[in-house]
Amino acid sequence: MASGSVIDPIHQFQIIKIVELGQPGGVELAFTNSAAFMFGIVALVFFFLTFATRGRTLVPGRLQSLAELSYEFVASTVRGSAGNEGMKFFPLVFSLFIFVLTANMVGMIPYAFTVTSHLIVTAALALLVILTVIIYGFVRHGTHFLHLFVPSGVPAFLLPFMVVIEVISFLSRPISLSLRLFANMLAGHIAMKVFAGFIVMMTASGVVGWFGAVLPLFMVVALTALEFLVAALQAYVFAVLTCIYLNDALHPGH
Amino acid sequence: MSEPHGPAGIIVAQASPGTLPAASGVEIAVPAAEAHGSNFPPFDVHTFPSQLLWLVIAFAALYLLMSRVALPRIATILEERHDRIADDIEEAGKLKAESEAAAEAYEKALASARTKAHGIATETRDTLAAEAETRRKSLEADLNVKLAAAEVQIAATKTAAMANVRGIAVEAAGTIVNTLIGTTPTSGAVEEAVDTAIKG
Repeated sequence: MASGSVIDPIHQFQIIKIVELGQPGGVELAFTNSAAFMFGIVALVFFFLTFATRGRTLVPGRLQSLAELSYEFVASTVRGSAGNEGMKFFPLVFSLFIFVLTANMVGMIPYAFTVTSHLIVTAALALLVILTVIIYGFVRHGTHFLHLFVPSGVPAFLLPFMVVIEVISFLSRPISLSLRLFANMLAGHIAMKVFAGFIVMMTASGVVGWFGAVLPLFMVVALTALEFLVAALQAYVFAVLTCIYLNDALHPGH
Repeated sequence: MSEPHGPAGIIVAQASPGTLPAASGVEIAVPAAEAHGSNFPPFDVHTFPSQLLWLVIAFAALYLLMSRVALPRIATILEERHDRIADDIEEAGKLKAESEAAAEAYEKALASARTKAHGIATETRDTLAAEAETRRKSLEADLNVKLAAAEVQIAATKTAAMANVRGIAVEAAGTIVNTLIGTTPTSGAVEEAVDTAIKG
C-alpha cells in the first residue's frame, strides 16, 4: 500500500482474507487476519493464565501474582458496581475485560492488527452486554424489570417525558459502549500513524527535514505512551460500564 | 465517561474517501476503493459476517475457557490461601488461649502454694507458742509447788526458832537472876515470867 512517499494511515485496519470460505446464502465468509488475532488473543490469555498458575503455590510468584491481580481487580470491580449478586456475571465481565485489554495491547505491537478498532467487533460485544441485561432482567424480574424506565418520586405530569428519556438513555448505552472503544482505538492508531508518517516524509526530504522530524518524533513517543494508557483505560471502562448495566438487571427500579 | 475521541473517529470516517484534513498539507492519501465496496475498512459491511462469525466463536471459546478452567483455578488458589490464613490465625488464637490458660493455672498454683505455706507457718507458730505456754505453765506450777514447800519450811523453821528463843530466854533469865542476886530461881517461875514477857 505504502508505495513511495505515500503513507496510508488506514491501511492498518484492512481486513485481509487468509482462507476464503465461499459465500453460503450470499454471505461472504472468510478466515481473516482479524479472526487470527482473535484466536491469538484467546490463546494468549488462556495460556498465560494457566501457565502463571501452574504451580498453584501458596506464596505466588510474579506471573501468578499478575494472574491473581487481574482476577481480584475484576472481581472487586464487579462487587463494587453490582454487589455480591453480580458475581454470577464475573466470568462474563472477566472475559470481556481481558479480551478487550489484550486486543488493545496486542494492537500496540507494530504491524499487529487491532481487533477492537473495528466497529462490528465492539458493537457485537456491547450488544452481548445489553442483551444479557435485557434477557436476565426479564427472566429474573419479569415485568418488574420495566420499572428501570420509571423513576420513582417524579410528578405524574413529568413521568411520560422521564420514561421517554430513560428509554432513550437505555437504548443509547450499547451505541456509546461500542463507539467509545472503537473510536478510541481507531483515532489513536490513526494519530500515531499520521505522526509517524510525518517523520518518514520529512527525513526523506533531506537534512533540513531531519530537524523538522524531531517534533513529530516526540509526538509519536508521547502518543504511544498515551495509547498504552488509553488501551488499558478503555478496557477498564468497558468492564465498569458492563458492571453498572448488569446492576440494572439485578436491581431494577431506582 | 464521555467519548473524548468520538468526534475524531467520525471525522476520519467522513474524510476517508479523500485526504485526511489533519494531513492536508502532506501527501497522505487513502488508496482508491479496493475489491470491496467501501474504502474505509471498519465500515466495510462485506467483512462484517466473517468478523462476527469468528468473534462469536473466539469469544465463546474464551468465555468457556475462563469460566470452566482459568477462573476456577485462580479462585481455588485464592480460596486455599484464604482458608490457610484463617486456619493459621485460628491455630494461633488457640495456642494463645492455651498459653494464657497455662499462665493462669501457674498463677493459681503459685497462689495456692503461697496460701498453703502461710497456713503451715501460722500452724507451726501456733503449735510452738502453745507448747511454750504449756511448758511455761508447768514450770510455773512446779515453781509454785517449790515455793509453797519453801514457805512451809520457813514457817516450820520460824516456829522452831521461836521455840528455841523461849528456851534460851528461860535459861538466860535464870543465869541473869543468879548473877544479880546469887540465887537460882526455880525453873517454873522463870518459865512463867518468860511466857508472860513473850506474850506481853
